[in-house]
Amino acid sequence: MNRKKLQKLTDSLTKNCKHFSKFEVKCLINHFYNLVGEVTERQGMIIGLDRNAFRNILHMTFGMTDDMIMDRVFRGFDKDNDGCISVTEWVYGLSVFLRGTLEEKMKYCFEVFDLNGDGFISKEEMFHMLKNSLLKQPSEEDPDEGIKDLVEITLKKMDHDHDGKLSFADYEQAVREETLLLEAFGPCLPDPKSQKEFEAQVFKDPNEFNEV
Amino acid sequence: MGVALTRSAQWTAAGHGAKTLEVTPLNEAIVKEIILFVESFIYKYPQEANYVFVEPLEWKTNLDPSAFGSGYAVSGTTVKSEEVDKNGEPLLYLSVPQIKIRSFGQLSRMLYFAKNMKLKEAQACIEANENPVAKILGFDYNIINEKNGNSFVSSILDKITKDDGPEIEIKMKIALQLKQLDLHLLNHSLKHISLEIRLNPGTVKNDIELLKRFSGKGEQTVLESIEYTSDYEFSNGCRAPPWRQIKGEICYLLVKPHDAEILCVTCSKEGVFLNGGKTDDEGQINYERKGEIYKDLVTLLKEKSAIFSENMSKQEVKFSEQPQKDQPNEAPKEEVAITHKASIASRKSSQEKNRINLGRSQLTKRLEPSLNWRTSVSSKDRNTLRDTQAEKHGGKLEKSRSSLSPGRAQLIRKSIEKIEEIISDSSSESEEDEEQPDHRQETNADLPSEYWQIQKLVKYLKGGNQTATVIALCSMKDFNLAQETCQLAIRDVGGLEVLINLLETDEVKCKIGSLKILKEISHNPQIRRNIVDLGGLPVMVNILDSPHKSLKCLAAETIANVAKFRRARQVVRHHGGITKLVALLDCGKHSAEPAQSSLYETRDVEVARCGALALWSCSKSYANKEAIRKAGGIPLLARLLKTSHENMLIPVVGTLQECASEENYRAAIKAERIIENLVKNLNSENEQLQEHCAMAIYQCAEDEETRDLVRLHGGLKPLASLLNNTDNKERLAAVTGAIWKCSISKENVTKFREYKAIETLVGLLTDQPEEVLVNVVGALGECCQEHENRVVIRKCGGIQPLVNLLVGINQALLVNVTKAVGACAVEPESMMIIDRLDGVRLLWSLLKNPHPDVKASAAWALCPCIQNAKDAGEMVRSFVGGLELVVNLLKSDNKEVLASVCAVITNIAKDQENLAVITDHGVVPLLSKLANTNNDKLRRHLAETISRCCMWGRNRVAFGEHKAVAPLVRYLKSNDTNVHRATAQALYQLSEDADNCITMHENGAVKLLLDMVGSPDEELQEAAAGCISNIRRLALAIEKARYS
Repeated sequence: MNRKKLQKLTDSLTKNCKHFSKFEVKCLINHFYNLVGEVTERQGMIIGLDRNAFRNILHMTFGMTDDMIMDRVFRGFDKDNDGCISVTEWVYGLSVFLRGTLEEKMKYCFEVFDLNGDGFISKEEMFHMLKNSLLKQPSEEDPDEGIKDLVEITLKKMDHDHDGKLSFADYEQAVREETLLLEAFGPCLPDPKSQKEFEAQVFKDPNEFNEV
Repeated sequence: MGVALTRSAQWTAAGHGAKTLEVTPLNEAIVKEIILFVESFIYKYPQEANYVFVEPLEWKTNLDPSAFGSGYAVSGTTVKSEEVDKNGEPLLYLSVPQIKIRSFGQLSRMLYFAKNMKLKEAQACIEANENPVAKILGFDYNIINEKNGNSFVSSILDKITKDDGPEIEIKMKIALQLKQLDLHLLNHSLKHISLEIRLNPGTVKNDIELLKRFSGKGEQTVLESIEYTSDYEFSNGCRAPPWRQIKGEICYLLVKPHDAEILCVTCSKEGVFLNGGKTDDEGQINYERKGEIYKDLVTLLKEKSAIFSENMSKQEVKFSEQPQKDQPNEAPKEEVAITHKASIASRKSSQEKNRINLGRSQLTKRLEPSLNWRTSVSSKDRNTLRDTQAEKHGGKLEKSRSSLSPGRAQLIRKSIEKIEEIISDSSSESEEDEEQPDHRQETNADLPSEYWQIQKLVKYLKGGNQTATVIALCSMKDFNLAQETCQLAIRDVGGLEVLINLLETDEVKCKIGSLKILKEISHNPQIRRNIVDLGGLPVMVNILDSPHKSLKCLAAETIANVAKFRRARQVVRHHGGITKLVALLDCGKHSAEPAQSSLYETRDVEVARCGALALWSCSKSYANKEAIRKAGGIPLLARLLKTSHENMLIPVVGTLQECASEENYRAAIKAERIIENLVKNLNSENEQLQEHCAMAIYQCAEDEETRDLVRLHGGLKPLASLLNNTDNKERLAAVTGAIWKCSISKENVTKFREYKAIETLVGLLTDQPEEVLVNVVGALGECCQEHENRVVIRKCGGIQPLVNLLVGINQALLVNVTKAVGACAVEPESMMIIDRLDGVRLLWSLLKNPHPDVKASAAWALCPCIQNAKDAGEMVRSFVGGLELVVNLLKSDNKEVLASVCAVITNIAKDQENLAVITDHGVVPLLSKLANTNNDKLRRHLAETISRCCMWGRNRVAFGEHKAVAPLVRYLKSNDTNVHRATAQALYQLSEDADNCITMHENGAVKLLLDMVGSPDEELQEAAAGCISNIRRLALAIEKARYS
């Protein structure tokens, strides 16, 4: 990519993304191209991170393990649903992922948890997300009983309108009461430690960047 | 010698390098006997004295080479004896500091040179040569010696027959001598040991249980606390670990007296002594003995704590009085026993939340053997309080109690309440553990549904991943955690362990969730103890270092809740928690925090607030106050005090108030200009804040400069106006306390008068709790030092309530009331009122109060009363036995009491008739006995009394006969002019008797008196001159007699 284009991209992204400084955006773009690798630019070819590459990043850098959640995070980043995260999507995504306000993060998390995208987190979806969260006890007759119970507990806690599923309003109210419930159905945001490491790694030495 | 040394001598514990002999009377006696033996050896057995030891006795000596005289070659730092062995080696060789000696002859000579260091040298020798017999005679002798003492002689004889020779013969003789010495030493030490009283676990336990019941906060108790270091009791009744039981140790105690640091005490069979205290947080005890051995716990504590011995003597009085009192009440007592049983039965059937009660009653049951009247009374109380079934017996119980005098009944009830508190407090842990299982079984049926739900959640906590854990935690938080059933449910299903475990993980969210729950349930005292027992505090202290502010906050808040009892506070300190908490206060310094703070973050101010909250809890322990100061907490607290958030100010001021009990803090508070802010916050709207500010001022105003600062910053007015709001008693107590301390300064009193505070204070003399009354009366006592205020108090009818308070039992209150009444009595008009209200009689009866402070204060108050009463002589005589009581108080050993009683006697003696009566009661010898004192206050009043008492009969002569004159002359060398004046007057009176003049002259009074004549004080001049003239006149008369 030539210098002029890069400059333009940086400027536009900086303008639209209030959580990052210009320098940080530059760093992120640079990091993105490092991750994509030396794929030479060709017309009509989309440059970006595919699902596997992105999941790899989530796993290695942010310590996420749950395949389903990682899939959902990918979808959260991939706004245009083309199966590939472009540089714009990368910067926008990370802006919420790393620096988002509570509102932004709630919206993002809800989207992640709403597996079928119908605007509600249903019991089935919850069950699906929580099914690996308890140690299976061989003594129990129904191994899923614990999970079902956990779902009931969650509903009791969060379903304020008692319709048996979580709307965004339910979710928002519950999170505002108790921030810990933001990632109620699985970690979909970086934990503070890996976030720090990532930022330290990416936003380093400005001189090095200038030479690129 | 070998046996005696290994068995009888008391060696300190090994493991500290070389063994050393402990300094005990027994050891000293053994060493002395050995010295005696060695010293006499050279004379008794000159031949054997030349025998050369197989190996030299070698030790480090303190002897100087120059100490050695003839027969020794001294060169610099070495000394060689001229006596040598066959090989020409010296028998004594000293090369500083090592000394080697190879014969008894040299040994006894060395002891001769050592002179007064004998004991030390001998001890060093014994300590350095673990097996002296083997060194002297060779190893084979020692083995016989050790193995079988009885066959020793026969085996020696065997040897003699086997190999003959002069050398061997001498060796045998020495061996026999040593054997004899050994026997002698054993017998000797036996005598010593038999003098010591052997304690056994039973008696020790009884002692401790008894003391426990008289411990707690407050004046009436003997100790603040007494507890075992270990909860585990072995089947033999000992609590010491087995390897210490071998040494005869029974148990270790932590005793906190009212007036001293915590004492770490070892109870052993030999007696009771202080040990080295707890060495580190693991609870390891330094077993080394650190003080004398006392015959029992009570003797040791009497020695270490004045308040203990005083209160103990009171308790003893009560003990001895009570059994007779209870005799006629046999019948009701039996009934009590029945109802007691019934109550247990009924409780079992109802099985409500009576776990604690059950525990308590079991405790009392267990104590039964050592119980006397006291528990019977306490169980009465408990039954009447708790038992509905026993209500019909209530009337009788009431009656039996009302047979006691009202004052005492109240006192007893109080102490019982206290005792109960302590029992519940100190024993809760062990009690709960015992109760737990059967509680679960018997109550399965009617457990609340919360119990099961919580149990389920805890199961998910245990078996869930991070996500499930967070959900379970959030759900658990929705229970009413302020409710005890939920708190205990969490504990009973093993939730506490899991919650504390979560704190050790890396999961921030889990830690936050767990702390949020712990914070809530730690309001429960039992849970607090459980948290500490499970080691929760060190983990929380570590979290204080976390980079997450909200975590820090929650941890600090939880610590604030948990650290409500002493052991917890200690744990916080031992794990460096205080330093970390103080660091939390340092907010605002890192203001350059990232703009986009993480979701779970809170503000710096909040962190500081939580830190202050935790410090407030911790600051209730003395050592923590020190730690806070050392960690630099005071400037930080001072800075936080400048903020205007009430939430912040309350813990900050609370901490300061708690710490201001220490001198160091008061100085720092002054230096940091904290008073100004305290005063400012008195004007706050928040009652709690006002209370703590007033309390802090109360603590700090002991210092004069601080009192002035309070005035200069305008703090007196808000204090005075806060007096008008009497609903909040805690605040009222704090405010009146601050006024009391502030009114020690005259200028402040003037201000208070301006603000009409004195009238308000008088209004507070009735219908207030004792804590308030103490302070109100104290303040009035200070105000009364000025005439105008006395008038004010009289005019608004303050004297009547003051006199009424003279019948109370609160010691602090009585001290203040007597002072105030005494100050009022200076005014003749007020005195009339006091007299009419029979106040003098009440004061007089306070002379019988067991507490010396009350006695002294009452006596001081009596002085102006006698001075200003009309027809004082008649009034004093009207108190039956009053004069005898006063005279007998001269036998007290409290200097303040003595001085005050002297002052009273001075006033009494103004009436000739009374003077005659007290002379008959033997006032002269008692006063004379006191004459040898260094206390200037006592000297002054004593001299005044003596001069006054000289006015009757042959008292002058009697003082001379009881040798009071010579010490009086020495008073003239004191630096106090008041003492000079009183003494000169006394001497003047005494000098009317010729013999006294001679004594004075012999003791060099004339020169001293001549100096006094030059004093600017006219009374002193006159008295000194009068005395000199008496002495001179006698001299002239003698001369005249001689020449005519």
